Amino acid sequence: MEIFHNLWIGFQVAVIPINVMYCFIGVILGTLIGVLPGIGPVATIAMLLPITFNLNPVAALIMLAGIYYGAQYGGSTTAILVNIPGESSSVVTCLDGYQMARQGRAGPALAIAALGSFFAGCVATLIIAVAAPPLAEVALKFGPSEYFSLMVFGLVAATVLAHGSLIKAIAMVLLGLLLGLVGTDVNSGVLRFTFGVPELSDGIGFVIVAMGMFGTAEIISNLELKDQREIFTSKVTHLYPTKQDLKDSWAAVLRGTALGSALGILPGGGALLASFGAYTLEKKVSKHPERFGKGAIEGVAGPESANNAGAQTSFIPMLTLGIPSNAVMALMIGALMIQGIAPGPQVMNEKPELFWGLIASMWVGNLMLVVLNLPMIGMWVKLLTVPYRYLYPSILVFMAIGVFSLSNNAFDVLIMAIFGMLGYVCVKLECEPAPMILGFILGPLMEENLRRAMLLSRGDPTVFFTKPISCGFMIASFILLVVVALPAIRAKREEVFVEE
Amino acid sequence: MKIKSPKDFWAGVMFMGFGLFFMIWAMIYYQMGTAVRMGPAYFPTVLGGLCALLGGIVLFGSFAIEGPPVPEFSYRPLILISVGCVLYGYLMKPLGLVGATAALVYVSALGGHEFNWKEVTILYVILMAFSWLVFVKGLTLPFPVWPDFMGG
Repeated sequence: MEIFHNLWIGFQVAVIPINVMYCFIGVILGTLIGVLPGIGPVATIAMLLPITFNLNPVAALIMLAGIYYGAQYGGSTTAILVNIPGESSSVVTCLDGYQMARQGRAGPALAIAALGSFFAGCVATLIIAVAAPPLAEVALKFGPSEYFSLMVFGLVAATVLAHGSLIKAIAMVLLGLLLGLVGTDVNSGVLRFTFGVPELSDGIGFVIVAMGMFGTAEIISNLELKDQREIFTSKVTHLYPTKQDLKDSWAAVLRGTALGSALGILPGGGALLASFGAYTLEKKVSKHPERFGKGAIEGVAGPESANNAGAQTSFIPMLTLGIPSNAVMALMIGALMIQGIAPGPQVMNEKPELFWGLIASMWVGNLMLVVLNLPMIGMWVKLLTVPYRYLYPSILVFMAIGVFSLSNNAFDVLIMAIFGMLGYVCVKLECEPAPMILGFILGPLMEENLRRAMLLSRGDPTVFFTKPISCGFMIASFILLVVVALPAIRAKREEVFVEE
Repeated sequence: MKIKSPKDFWAGVMFMGFGLFFMIWAMIYYQMGTAVRMGPAYFPTVLGGLCALLGGIVLFGSFAIEGPPVPEFSYRPLILISVGCVLYGYLMKPLGLVGATAALVYVSALGGHEFNWKEVTILYVILMAFSWLVFVKGLTLPFPVWPDFMGG
């Protein structure tokens, strides 16, 4: 059994004390930022990227991955106890989790969220181990036209899954692609859109854009709201769910895991979409849909399992194709490149200890989370009493240090501030930043592959439709677009996101 | 013509502005090339054109479909947070970590709802100590700690 052999290699790497330590740091940090509203995994991972330069690649990836799935655990704690989603993927957990807390059932809600997440995490780890090798095999045969079509498909999927207007989301992708082209053109050496600024000749750093759009913009938006938090600390008494709770939720955990794993693999997917999807599904299949929003445990179990499963399976396209499916994965690719590893299907064969070590560490990390988190809930809740007016200057200091240390240049910090303002304007105009970020990363890659494909085909654009795999991606993108543009489905899509 | 959806109107203007800018700039300054050998202008021209086109559709739609108004901007946090970050970057070399962190913490704290000199000063001292310990001592990042005139 090759998969067991591979996982065995992975576990040998994952249990090395130093890797266990970085995994631990990652999941604790992840939980911490998951608990704290106003700072998400994207900004945190971006802040830590410069630091990972000094680590070995396996430890760096293990830690960064831990932050992402750790944040899914932490986000649910805040959602249940305070009715504030610590993470955007925990928005739906507020609906029923907070109601359960108000009824004095905060303990079981937290426990089922943690246990469901643990189960989902284990299953998702297995799915990655099974699905990744054959996918990488196929990806090794990809030429430029296949890669280009795959990226088109990824971007289309990202717009379809974004909420709000479809046209605006596509326009945001295009804007991202354009901004990604700033810098030296690889083919001709021409400096594009640099306006004589030497710092721009290497392009705008992705980390800087991510911190501006997701970090400073978020802080500015948060400062508009007044601090208002109501905490149910005293009510977390009995932690263990009753038999009835378990009976009600096991099926929801299974469904959430399945749906989350599937949605996580999709480009543009990941934890956020998975949790929304799972909540809608639970409401659909329930015999008593009227209980939802009034403290139904399925409404916590489903989405919480789904967001953790989705967070983990979203590693699949990144690890096998070298293509990020969301902003967090783009940062992971950034981390690999800092280490001098070109992301793509060859990583699995060339660096099996990195690939399988990362996967096995996810299982280790999930175990740590479930063991550590339940007893530590009290501490996390204390943390929430720290007012935002202390938190946001601290976050700003860490972001500014992180950006400045990238190249010891004040210009980078200026760029971050500019993207912060752009991000704030986008929020006001209801334009989602996530599709833009995806376009930004894929911009140069897409141009490169488009040029190569056209060169190989001697300028014949039909090449994207005559090769079977490439044609498949193009047709899939087209169908997705048409389907979403249909009025009936559009109404459904809006309904899913209106739940918040 | 009356603007029915201000949010879409301004979003449309933004996309058209960016799209046209990239397209026209690329067409003027860079080489177009051919489909076989694409020049540096090819991809941005096509993308910019598409972006402007979609912006135009959104803009056009804002006259036809009713939509919500643009929510009020809070200029105070917007300006103070951005200025704080920029100051941090540009003060790092002349004033060192001590001065840059002070600028960022005090200016950004002014962007919040309440400002209390004592609280902010305590926060500043803690953050300063933490940055120094973790980034300068721990990770040995080459930041100047003290202002230039005090001997770096």
